[in-house]
Parts: sequence; C-alpha cells; structure tokens
Amino acid sequence: MTNAALPPFDPHLFLSRGTGGHGGRLGLRYHAHGADWVELALPYDPAQIGDPASGVIASGPILTMMDMATSMAIWSRLGHFRAQATLDLRIDYLRPATPGKTVIGHGECYRITRAIAFIRGQAHDGDPDDPLAHVAGTYMFLEAQP
Amino acid sequence: MIALPPYASILGLTVETGENGAPLLVMPFSGDVLGRPGFLHGGAIGGFLEMAAIVALQYALEAEGGGRIKPINVTVDYMRGGREKETRAQGIVTRLGTRVANVEAIAWQDDRDRPIAAARMNYLLARD
Repeated sequence: MTNAALPPFDPHLFLSRGTGGHGGRLGLRYHAHGADWVELALPYDPAQIGDPASGVIASGPILTMMDMATSMAIWSRLGHFRAQATLDLRIDYLRPATPGKTVIGHGECYRITRAIAFIRGQAHDGDPDDPLAHVAGTYMFLEAQP
Repeated sequence: MIALPPYASILGLTVETGENGAPLLVMPFSGDVLGRPGFLHGGAIGGFLEMAAIVALQYALEAEGGGRIKPINVTVDYMRGGREKETRAQGIVTRLGTRVANVEAIAWQDDRDRPIAAARMNYLLARD
C-alpha cells in the first residue's frame, strides 16, 4: 500500500539535504541503499575517539549510525517516510573499529507490522565479511495505521 | 578523577558527583545532540548512557586497583522522547567480576523516576 500524500522515500535525497543535528555533527553520509536496506558511512574523526590510548572511536557514533541506517531502512521498505520512535536497540561489539578507517553501517528492515518495525544490521570498516558490530532492534510507529 | 574521552566533548558532557560519591554525567541540550525537530537523537542518548556506564565502571574498578575495559554489548530501551533540555545519566555497576562487569545506566531530564532511556551493558575487564 502506498501513501499518495507522501513522495517516495529516497535515502540519498533525505541525507543530501544535510542531516544537521547529531548525525551532521558526526559527519554521517549516505553510502548505498536497496529495497529494504540502507547503508551509511561514518568517516574517521579523532574528535570521536573513545579510547585515547588506542585511537579507537567510541561506540556512541556507531550506535547513532546504526540507529539512523536501520530507521531509514524501514522507510525504504515502506516506500515512504512514517514517524516512528526507537523502542530498543541492542549492539554486539564484535571487535574495535580500526583507527583511521571509515565505518560503514548496513541497516535492514525485515518485518513491519501495524505498530512495530523489526530491524537488524551490521557495521564494518572495509570488509563486510569481517563485521565490527551487529545490531537488532525495534521501532514503534507514532500513529496507528489508518 | 574521571577523565572523559574526546567523544564526550561532542555530547558536551560534564561530570558531577552523585550519591555515595559515584560519578554522574550531565549533557546540556545543544544542536549537536538533536535528532528529529524538538527531540534528542536516540543515538546521542545511547552514546550518553554508554559513557555514564563506563565512568561508573571506571570508578568502581579504580577502587579495586584499576584495569582496562572492553565493551561486549549494549541494549538500550527508549521510554520517552528526550526534549530540548539538560539530561542526566547515572551508571550502576550491578556486578563487578574478575573478567566481566554488568552495568546498567539510566538517563532522565526533570524527574529521575521518569527516565527517558535505560541501558544494560556487559564489559570485559583486563585488571591491572
């Protein structure tokens, strides 16, 4: 079902307007997308270091990227924007991100019900077969489906 | 004394002393932590909770000789939208083991009993 009142959701266009806010502060960029997934890129920035001894970035920026990538994956699957709020998000930190490398966040929406969207995703820093984080979570739509 | 990493500056964090001497973090509202208009970004709230958990764990670990901390995972529950105002977060070390620590953190704005989000974290420890 499409919502005629809203234009088709375009993740590239959505981010090309500038994310502003927290996503903009972290330098999050569009990377790629498909029918039910969106990939964002988080360029390495020393201002985001969480462990000064190793230069590894904090987990917070990765959490933010995965929150945004999985959010946008829902709108990609729906075909249009719909107001929603994160209910819960779990992240397993498989290994530290490599200092100096851009981190790619792949968010996928695998199920949408009347009220809830279910998501999963991975983050890597160059090799998708060597992920650094795995996420799973749910979002709740703010308005009940008409 | 708790030293915050560079990432904490992006969130604008400062450390306060909470009950029983444990550190408590304060995040002022700014455009740098904004998500959709009028609300804090869920990622900023999650990162804030992780920082609160880490400083609470550092504080508890220092009392036992210190060590290095590696995050294993985090689960964040979002309960209320974070509004454009100051937010506080406190980490609570529920178990400090030899190799693993279990930590909880809650974030609130006006009323600590009405949290905007909470998180549970597991950490691997390499004790000094």
